[in-house]
Amino acid sequence: MITVSSASLSFTHDGQIQSVLDDISFEIEAHDSCAIIGPSGCGKTSLLFLMANILQPDSGTLTITGNPRCGTILQNYGLFPWKTVAENIGLGLTLKKVEKTRIKRVVAQLLEEMELDGFDSHFPGQLSGGMQQRVALARALAIDPEILFMDEPLSSLDALTRERLQNLIVDIVHKRKITTVLVTHSIEEAVFLGRKIIILSRRPARILKIVDNPGAGSSDYRQSDQFFHQCVRLRELLKGEFNGQEA
Amino acid sequence: MGRKRDILLAALILLAIWQVCALLLNSMALPQPWMVLVDLGSKLADGSLIDDLAVSSMRALAGIALALTAAVPLGLIVGAEEQIGRRISPFIYLLYPIPHVVLLPLIIILFGIGNFSKIFLIALIVFFQILVTTRDGARSIHRNYFHSMKTLGASRLQVYRHLILPATLPKILTAMRISVGTSVAILFFVESFATTTGLGYIIMDSWGRADYISLYTGISSMALLGFTLYLILDRIEQHVCRWMTDH
Repeated sequence: MITVSSASLSFTHDGQIQSVLDDISFEIEAHDSCAIIGPSGCGKTSLLFLMANILQPDSGTLTITGNPRCGTILQNYGLFPWKTVAENIGLGLTLKKVEKTRIKRVVAQLLEEMELDGFDSHFPGQLSGGMQQRVALARALAIDPEILFMDEPLSSLDALTRERLQNLIVDIVHKRKITTVLVTHSIEEAVFLGRKIIILSRRPARILKIVDNPGAGSSDYRQSDQFFHQCVRLRELLKGEFNGQEA
Repeated sequence: MGRKRDILLAALILLAIWQVCALLLNSMALPQPWMVLVDLGSKLADGSLIDDLAVSSMRALAGIALALTAAVPLGLIVGAEEQIGRRISPFIYLLYPIPHVVLLPLIIILFGIGNFSKIFLIALIVFFQILVTTRDGARSIHRNYFHSMKTLGASRLQVYRHLILPATLPKILTAMRISVGTSVAILFFVESFATTTGLGYIIMDSWGRADYISLYTGISSMALLGFTLYLILDRIEQHVCRWMTDH
């Protein structure tokens, strides 16, 4: 379980303290999926970085029960251009000094699962956006994570590739029973992937509302009335925040 | 094949320009290229130029190698470690603009008039070129990559091995290209004192004897030496920065 309790965060920019997150509290149960949505620049990524241990809160606490393995997919995938697809996927295991034959086996299995067979010796720069995203997903999965943090992982993809990969994420997360936390600015993506949706205000981000969305996590959900209604509801809730945003 | 053709074409154009200038000037100070090529060919064939070419190559390569050994690790650390960078950078800004050739008397006092003082002066001059370029390369790595390494659980040493060094490698190779040009140019200076070997000595000696064909043979040999080193660097780049060229 992930427990965020009264977490606040600020950055210093040009000598001025800028508050980013203000008194954020929520819980995410194990094996649950949570989407965080809010206006651009509100602090969604910072909140994810707190959970992924990339940043530390100024005040408040963040607790992850047990000592789970965490995989992270960053914006623009965070793939290393100088490493091949296979090296990128196996990097987490290489850093943990796992035996080479085991890394090879895990990588081969993930290449097959992500439909990337034959691309193991390619470099990320030689792949399409959708393929790069699948490499990033494979890299996060290589360490067999119990929690998967994703920062707008599909934002730069075309609509069809995006839907296909959303389905892939749903399948994998369901199959492997992974707790997922996803940051997105897409209402449809949040509703499709998050059984719990945290709506953040403009900066400094506060929680506006936490919406339960029990239908998420199934490939058929996208076609249902419930999905459509949740999208409309979320749009209404966010409208005020987006309208007040600077262009 | 296309690249070889381009190089040959460039060489022919330069020779043609040289030929035209020599005919227009009609002076001993600029002999026609065929005279120099004949002289160069005969000196290479009878071996009289080989020793000087080898000595100059050794001095230039040793100088670059010495500079690389010191400048690359320091540049990586100064660029990647903010605190260290802040303290060391002012020293670099103060020392880089000094015309290091004026330190020659001091270098001779410290290391004598042998080969090492010549190598050391080449190293000292190219050291700053490599240091500044490496530092800037390490400093410009996008922080997303560091976040990726952190989420994968990398140690600081692993961050250097898998991120900072490979990301900076293209800049280091650029610095080496600049250093090749600089070191070959400095050869002329360092081989003009306390030696009777090297291409710089041939140039100075021929100049003193007003033997302009030998003088241009020395200059052409230096150009060939620099060109060969550039080709070697290109080969190294194709091998170690495959991700930049395989598109």
